[in-house]
Formats: sequence, C-alpha cells, structure tokens
Amino acid sequence: MGWLFDPAHWSGSTGIPVRLVEHFGYTLLTLVIGALIAVPLGAFVGHTGKGGFVIVGLSNALRALPTTAVLILVVLWAGLGDFPVYVALVLLAIPPIMAGTYAGVRAVDPVTVDAARGVGMRESGVLLQVEIPNALPLIFGGFRGAALQVVATATIAAYTGAGGLGRFVFDGLALQDFGQMLAGAVLVALLAVLVDLGFAGLQRLTVSPGLRPVGTGGKR
Amino acid sequence: MPGYAERVKVFGIYIQGGPIGVVVATGGIRRVIEFRAVTKRFEDGTIAVDELDLTVEAGTITVFVGPSGCGKTTSLRMVNRMIDPTSGTILVDGKDVLTVDPPTLRRGIGYVIQQAGLFPHRTVLDNVATVPLLSGWDKRKARTRAAELLEIVGLDPAFGKRYPAQLSGGQQQRVGVARALAADPPVLLMDEPFSAVDPVVREDLQNELLRLQAELDKTIVFVTHDIDEALKLGERVAVFQTGGHLAQYAKPAELLSAPANDFVASFVGRDRGYRTLTFLHADVPVHPVTTARLGERVTITDWTLVVDEQNRPKGWLSGVDGEVEVAEKDLISGGSLYDGTTLRGALDAALSSPSALGVVVDDAGAVTGVVQAADVIQALAKARAAGEVPK
Amino acid sequence: MTWIFENWERFWEVTEVHLRLSVVPVVIGFVLSIPLGWWASRSQTARAILFPFANILFTIPSIALIVITPVLIGVKILDEINVIVPLVVYTVALMVRAVADALAAVPGNVVAAANAMGFRPLRRFLTVDFPLALPVTIAGLRVATVSNISMVSVGALVGLGGYGQLFTEGYQTDNTDKVLAGLIGTVVLAVLADGLLLLIGRLLTPWARVGR
Repeated sequence: MGWLFDPAHWSGSTGIPVRLVEHFGYTLLTLVIGALIAVPLGAFVGHTGKGGFVIVGLSNALRALPTTAVLILVVLWAGLGDFPVYVALVLLAIPPIMAGTYAGVRAVDPVTVDAARGVGMRESGVLLQVEIPNALPLIFGGFRGAALQVVATATIAAYTGAGGLGRFVFDGLALQDFGQMLAGAVLVALLAVLVDLGFAGLQRLTVSPGLRPVGTGGKR
Repeated sequence: MPGYAERVKVFGIYIQGGPIGVVVATGGIRRVIEFRAVTKRFEDGTIAVDELDLTVEAGTITVFVGPSGCGKTTSLRMVNRMIDPTSGTILVDGKDVLTVDPPTLRRGIGYVIQQAGLFPHRTVLDNVATVPLLSGWDKRKARTRAAELLEIVGLDPAFGKRYPAQLSGGQQQRVGVARALAADPPVLLMDEPFSAVDPVVREDLQNELLRLQAELDKTIVFVTHDIDEALKLGERVAVFQTGGHLAQYAKPAELLSAPANDFVASFVGRDRGYRTLTFLHADVPVHPVTTARLGERVTITDWTLVVDEQNRPKGWLSGVDGEVEVAEKDLISGGSLYDGTTLRGALDAALSSPSALGVVVDDAGAVTGVVQAADVIQALAKARAAGEVPK
Repeated sequence: MTWIFENWERFWEVTEVHLRLSVVPVVIGFVLSIPLGWWASRSQTARAILFPFANILFTIPSIALIVITPVLIGVKILDEINVIVPLVVYTVALMVRAVADALAAVPGNVVAAANAMGFRPLRRFLTVDFPLALPVTIAGLRVATVSNISMVSVGALVGLGGYGQLFTEGYQTDNTDKVLAGLIGTVVLAVLADGLLLLIGRLLTPWARVGR
C-alpha cells in the first residue's frame, strides 16, 4: 500500500487526483448520455406496454457485448481519444438503466394507474406524475447497477491510452509494479463505493417517503 | 361471536364518524345518466355489454349488481370513458360523453375504485387535492379544500400528512371517497369500492356513504357483486346477467318480492322473504327489561341484562337463583342490537339473543328495552293487512 | 466475417478456451452460492454480512482482480486460474443474492404445508424449496453466465486466452476483421448459453408455464 500513500503520486498531471477526476468524468458523462437514451425508451415502452420483448432482447444482447472489443473496434475506426471510451461505456450503461426504468414503470400498481386516468390525468401526466415517481426506486436500482459497472469498466479505457484510474493498473502491469496496480484497483473500488453512496443520497432526496418499506414511520 | 361491548364499539366509531357540521354545496345541478342501446364488444369478440338501455336518476344511488363477467363494471367505466362503447350513446346531463375529451370529462366525474387506488408517493392531503390541482386551482386553496374533505369523510385532518401505506384499508377507502369528492362533482362512479375491506369496516363505510349521500345529494352509480350491499345502498338496483344483459332494474323491495326471472330470483337468494323485512318499517312494541350493573348484588329471578355506566348492554345473566354479585365472568354474550330502524333488525335481535329478547338501543347505544320475535311477526301481519308489503 | 472462415482452426481453438474459462467459474460459483444463498435467506445476520460484501466485490474492476489474483494465491500471471478465480468471485457475488431472493420468495403457506406433512429440513429444501426457487435462480444464472462470457475477454489484456486474444491481436495489427470475429463469437456464445439455460429452466419447471 506504500505506493498509494507516497505523496509524489498525489500531484502533477498524471497524479492520483487528476486520474480520479478523469475516471469520475468518464463515469458521470457516460451515465448522463446513457440516461438520455435509456430512460425515455424504458419509460415509453413501460407506459404503453408495447414492445417489452424488444427492450428485454436489446438489454440482453447489449449485456453480451464485450466492452473491450467495442472499445478496440471504435478506436480502429475512429482513432484514439475519449470518443471510443464513451461509446463502449454508454453501451454498457444502457441495459441496466433501460431495464430498471422499464421494470419500474411496469411494476406500478395497475389500480394506481387506473385511478390516475380516472381522476382525469392526461397520458403525459399519468407517466410523469404517477408512473415515474413510483418507479423511482427501481430506476435508481438500474442507475446504481450501471454506475458500478461503468466505474469498474472505465479502467479498461487506459488500454487504448486514455486516462482514468486504469492508467495505474496498466502502467503497473507494464512495469511489473504490483503496488501501483493494487493502488489503481483500490482507488476504483473506492470511487465505486462513493458514487454508489452519492446515488443512495440522491435516492433519499427524490423518492417519496410514501414508497419506503412500510414500518419506517407512522402506524400501519 | 362478539359480545355487546365490541358491537357497541363498532357503533361508536360510526357515531364518531358522523356529521361534523361541514356543509358542502352541490351547486344545485341535477344530473341524469342515460345509456341508449349501448353495446361493448371487446377485441377478442366477447360481448361485455349487450344493448343496454337504462336511465340513472339524478340525486340517487343506483347500484349495478351481478356476477363477474356480467358487464357491470364495463358499463360503469363507459360513463367516464375509461372504456368507449362499440355502439350506442351515453348521455350525462343530456350531453354525449363521446363528444368530451376524456381527461376533461373525468375531472367532472368522481371515481372511486376497489383498493382505493391512492397514489402511494403522495401524502393523503395531496391525494385528495389531485383533481382540484389538475383543474387549475391554486395549491393553498386545493389543500384547504382537501383538509375539509377529510373531515367530511370522517377522518382526522392530522391524517393529511401521512402516506397511504400508513393507513388501514378502511381509512384508505375513505381517502378515496374524499379524493373523488374534492372538486365537488355532481356524479360519482364507485367501482366495488368496499369489497377489499373486512365486513365490519365495510358496514361502517356503507353507513357512512348513506350519511354522506343524505347530505350531498349526488348522482351515484355503485358497482358491486354483493347483493346485500346492493339492496342496502341502492335506491334503484340494476341486476346484470352474464353476457351483458340487464335482467331487472327496480327498487330493492321489488327485486325481492317480484324478481323478473329465475336468474334474478336465484341471485337475490333463498331467504328473500326474510330480507324483505329490511325494507319494512313498523312499530314493534318495546317491553321493559330488568337491568343490573357489574359489581352490584342482585337477586336473579329471570333473564337480567347487565349494563355499563352509560346504560349500554354488556351481556345477559341467568340461571342462578338467589342473591349474587354481578361479575364479568358470569355474563353470557348477547346477540345483535336493534336500533329501531327495520323489522329485519328487530327480528334478528330477538332471534340472536340468548334470552330470546332483542335488545333495543338508542342512538347513543343505551338500552331502552327489549323486543320479542312474536311481536315482530304480528307487526308484519299488520303491515301486510294494511297493504304495506308488496306482494 | 471472412476472418472466421479463413482461420477456422484458430477460431475454434479460442472458442474452446473461452467456453472453458467462462463455464467452469459459473458452475463452481453456482454450487458455492447455493448454501450461502440459503443461509442469507434464513438469517438477517447472514444478509448483513454477505450482501454488502458482495456489493464491494462487484466494484473491483475485473482487470484489477485478474492481475491481483496471481499475487494473492501465488501462481504465474499466465495461468488460467487467474481468470477463473475472479469470475468465480463475481458469480458468487451475483448468485448469492439471486438464490437468497428466490428462496425468500417461496410461498410461506407451501413451506408450512411441507413442514406439517413432516418433511425434514434437508429433504424439504431439496424437494420443495429449491425446485420452487428455480425460476428466479435460473434467471440469475442467465445473467451471471452472459456477463462471464463477456468478461473472459478481459483476461486477454494480460495475455490469457479466449476471444479476447483476437481483440488484442487485432488491435496491435490494426485488423478490424479479427476484432469483429471475436466480438461475434462472444455474442453468439452468450446468446446460445442464455438460450440453453432458458430451455433447461423450462424443462425443469413445467408447472411455471401452465395456467397462464
């Protein structure tokens, strides 16, 4: 663990803070792009109930896609840089987010949805005011799963020369520097835990207390 | 078999849940719902409703009743366009519902469903305020109105801050009714609203609905599969038959005394003669009864009714000769109580009492005397002679 | 696609390695996770220990686990064990929860009825609880298998076999066709394995399909 606590490794353009920020940047932007694609798709299919098999099939097919191969292919086609990293990671992030959103919207009690229409909500209102808020726990589940995978897999970006904490793993491997490799792995795991905690906090703030497991307040 | 104490408690809740003095304006609009040759055929070819012609009168509770698959719920859901008919016309207040955009139509019609369908992610208060907010009221006005509504349906406004999961089934259903009433719609559609709650709470909610209706004077269409509920709540009852046919549309007493066909006769049940008593009101002589209090030393000669401090019945004492101290353990629990409303209640009180004496209570639950089965039969004979019983 | 046909023998060879490296960990991991999942389904303490631990294992990047494993268990960096051990770890981390959830979802009245008829615990687990938990368990197994098949490729980054070798070689020699061949192989293998498990699941749980 000596490598990790050496002050020399905590400064400069290739130091731990810079790599950490790079890694977090990959994760955040990947999740944002993934959400923009996967949430509307999952929500729409969940709401209409049509094309569920497409969502499930697409999710499974994307899950089977090896991220390494996607990364290398896009590098060979489009050249080095951050773009191939984002393509590979976004494809990784889409299945859990899409599946979580779809499952969340589908799982809303049909009686509740019936009531929403019955009191005169329009379809957009049914989706945005009732289905999405009630689906939030499962949507967050999808996001947290995606975040874990993206943080862990963003390590591979370094294989094609991009930044992030993966640099320590691959540089360590090249130099047979076990301390550096271990430091990289520990930092990735630490970042994953922090990102997950961040999502847990966000979830507490945005999910209605009415949806928490019963018994956390008031009488039953 | 609950003793008197529990029964009185049930009554107590009902009385506590009674009017609190908030009067709701109905706007004086009287609405009629007309079904004209309405047919609904689903995509798989099944006919849910077959050429339905029926007029729901303004200001009444009309009950659609029938076995599952008879089209009663489909008929109800066509009124607020949750389902559109295949052919035919539905008019609400003379206006064809198909000409109104569904969300707008639904905001003007209250809708209560089984298991209430409350929004689990919103507080009780916000659930009730839903329709006013959709209709563009400002938030404060909508919430004030919602708090008012909670009182009207007999819930403490403190419940407003809770979430639906923190309420019992009966309380959720009250909130469901409050939500439907929030924008003061003249028409209320209720789809098996009380079938998911236990029998005691159901009776409580039924009484509450009758009380509300006496106050609010809405046009209510109520769907149920429970014929007893239909007979209790409906001023008019439409019996639906499997295949979407309307078998009979009549007043409850008429359904019992003159069922239109075998289906209706078997659906209303075997003991319809006994049930007819529900719709008869006649004076039954009330006899005095010997009462005693717990802890008193009394000489028991005949059946003695033991009462509490407020004169409410606790149970019967009998079989011991001579002087005894009245103790809780010696009480024999009693039958149902007669509150002076229908002959059925009087007869049941007498038949279910261990002493064959039906206990009569007033609105506060205090004992006023007893009735005997023979007297009820006699009152029935008198009513029949006077032509008050439909043949 | 032409690469596959022109280099059929090589392609078949990496397919074999890939299959071995992904299936062996799934089998070992699944067997290990049954008792652990059973424990977690019965004990609050077990859940409090196993679930957070499984979550943390998930956060360790596969490439890191692959390079650390040889140092931890003292084998050479080019040993297949170095891919098998991490994948067993991931499989267990995923399957413990799946098995625990599946067992927890067995209807209580069925368990009560089995107890009332005099089943002893082990027999009840083998003939009642576990079969009823199969649909959810197999769903978890499908996810574990597919993600393992996709993850084996990472081993190639440190020089191990499987389709991943086609990725790294293709990258070094600028051969898109070779990378594509490995990608297609991975996806086809994943889809086949997934379909096979689906089929096995259907054959094992005929009751789950009736009455729908």
